[in-house]
Amino acid sequence: MTETPHLSPQEVIDLYKAEFGAGIHDARISERGEGVHKTKGYNIWIRLDRELLKPAIKKLIDIRFPHFAVIAGNDLGEEIELLYIFSVFYGTKFGEYMVTFGIRLPKTDLTVPTITDLMPGALLSEREKQEFFGITVSDIPDGRRLFLPDDFPQGVYPWRKDETGIKPEMVRELWAIDRPKDRPVPPVPEKKPVEEVPAAEGKEKKTGGAAE
Amino acid sequence: MNGDTTKKSIPYTVPIGPVHPALKEPVMFTFQMEGEVVKSVDFAPGNTHRGIEWMGMRRNPVQIVHLTDRICGICGIVHSLSFARAVEQITEIEVPPRADYIRTILHELERIQSHLLWAGVAAHELGFDSLLFLAWRVREQSMDLIENLTGNRVNYGIVQIGGVRRDISNDQIPLIKQGLAYYRGLLDQMKTVFLDDSTIRMRCRGHGLLSYRDAQLLCAIGPTARASGVAMDVRHDYPYCAYGDLDVHPVLPPQEFGGPHGDVYDRIIVRLLEIAQSINIIQQCLDNLPAGEILWEKKLPKLLLTLKKAQGEAIGRVEAPRGECMHYVRMDGNDAPVTWKVKASSYSNLMSWIPMLKGEQLADVPIIVASIDPCMSCTDRVSVIRDGGSPGYLTKEELTRLSIEKTRRIEKCH
Repeated sequence: MTETPHLSPQEVIDLYKAEFGAGIHDARISERGEGVHKTKGYNIWIRLDRELLKPAIKKLIDIRFPHFAVIAGNDLGEEIELLYIFSVFYGTKFGEYMVTFGIRLPKTDLTVPTITDLMPGALLSEREKQEFFGITVSDIPDGRRLFLPDDFPQGVYPWRKDETGIKPEMVRELWAIDRPKDRPVPPVPEKKPVEEVPAAEGKEKKTGGAAE
Repeated sequence: MNGDTTKKSIPYTVPIGPVHPALKEPVMFTFQMEGEVVKSVDFAPGNTHRGIEWMGMRRNPVQIVHLTDRICGICGIVHSLSFARAVEQITEIEVPPRADYIRTILHELERIQSHLLWAGVAAHELGFDSLLFLAWRVREQSMDLIENLTGNRVNYGIVQIGGVRRDISNDQIPLIKQGLAYYRGLLDQMKTVFLDDSTIRMRCRGHGLLSYRDAQLLCAIGPTARASGVAMDVRHDYPYCAYGDLDVHPVLPPQEFGGPHGDVYDRIIVRLLEIAQSINIIQQCLDNLPAGEILWEKKLPKLLLTLKKAQGEAIGRVEAPRGECMHYVRMDGNDAPVTWKVKASSYSNLMSWIPMLKGEQLADVPIIVASIDPCMSCTDRVSVIRDGGSPGYLTKEELTRLSIEKTRRIEKCH
């Protein structure tokens, strides 16, 4: 594979703008310097048409084989935004940039092509997005659940903020839960819980985790 | 498991996990075996998923920092540091240089203790329990130092948005230097016991191979990728904390050992050399430790008010002992972030198991699985373990026995 020389963040964006033109909705660079010398690190954010996702990733592979980190996602109400987070030019002293491709999927059509043909290591992240956002990754080589247990209800997607998200009745107040009844008897008898005076109602609500 | 486990023809199905002491971390493996040889592998993580991100999206960033401390029991600082760095970028909070240096010092102390912990586990998986005890005994020095600096052995609670919560006093600096001298004196000895041991070499050299190309394609990171020759290290590639001021290079398996092979042995070499590297980094930080404040804002209500107004998105990433750790945060002017995505280091390394384990013997499974230093609680983001096990499973004793027997066998041939 021919490798392009190291580019500046703006040059990367220019390449994308030249190739994809109006398909790029937004492209920006964020920078951050820390320590005494404030040496800058750069992140490139590119928001583009959903059809351009795979061509954009191919383009990045042509520039220099990138490292794929993860797919993050935002529930924006009517749409779900997926962010494919890569980094490119690793191995160059302070020359690596994060490159994030953002695409938006309307909730009426939550289908996205798999990128595992370009980046096999993205499989776990794609499986995770399927179960946590309820999107469909077409042609995914392995569409099983990843983290969620098999008995987790179908049609509930933990990271959605609409009616398909975690319902309030699924949130258990941990402090109020007794030992499960369907488990084997513990080898050593459990101590009887000491009669505790429950703390003030308001305080417990907070620790219950549903501070929406 | 399904009915496959009882079928009586080749390939045999051997399930290991989900909670299996020989694996150290809860993950379910299903091996298709032909005799002793692994034909194919499947694994299922998620046995300890606690939904920490979901919890975080209902809390404010200062609360989340303490939640991030509890993502992992070994990496006490990397998650809180990644998260804090992401939030600091959104809010444009300037971290005082002294705090950046203190963060770096703890970051590296953590790498020392984590790599030593791993070295002990690796020795145990090979049947060298005396080496396990030696490695864990010398690890105590770094744990004591961390406790001295942060107040805790695990869950340090040192990182705050905008800096660190505890300063390093002038009395503590000689203690750190003492600790560094202790490890410097041990380095040669550690290299000798791990690398000059013919049995360790025979068990690890050429086993659990991960090629350069596979490491790239499967997105491996950290020592796992570096042992396969991929020169990536966030500390070198992407400046953060004090690393922008320092000279850090990715540690690759050196020429004297024949260059990168991408096997278990190379992963041992890389981690041992990284301990030496960490000692140097801490020394550099102590020599150049800037004076000044350690927090952007001491008053919590003011910090919370700034955080509440924050709008935007950012990525915070650091080089954890196991590789890149990355947090994506998006805030929209409310208390809690809209999105918080944690990408722990093992999340990227798990896929590498598949090429590593193919064609290997069952007795080599424990050390190969351990060789990427998997941290399932990071990946699953959880820590609850349930009793289990069924008659069809290999017990920990059996699997460890297989491994120890192989070591003995090899010793006899030698």
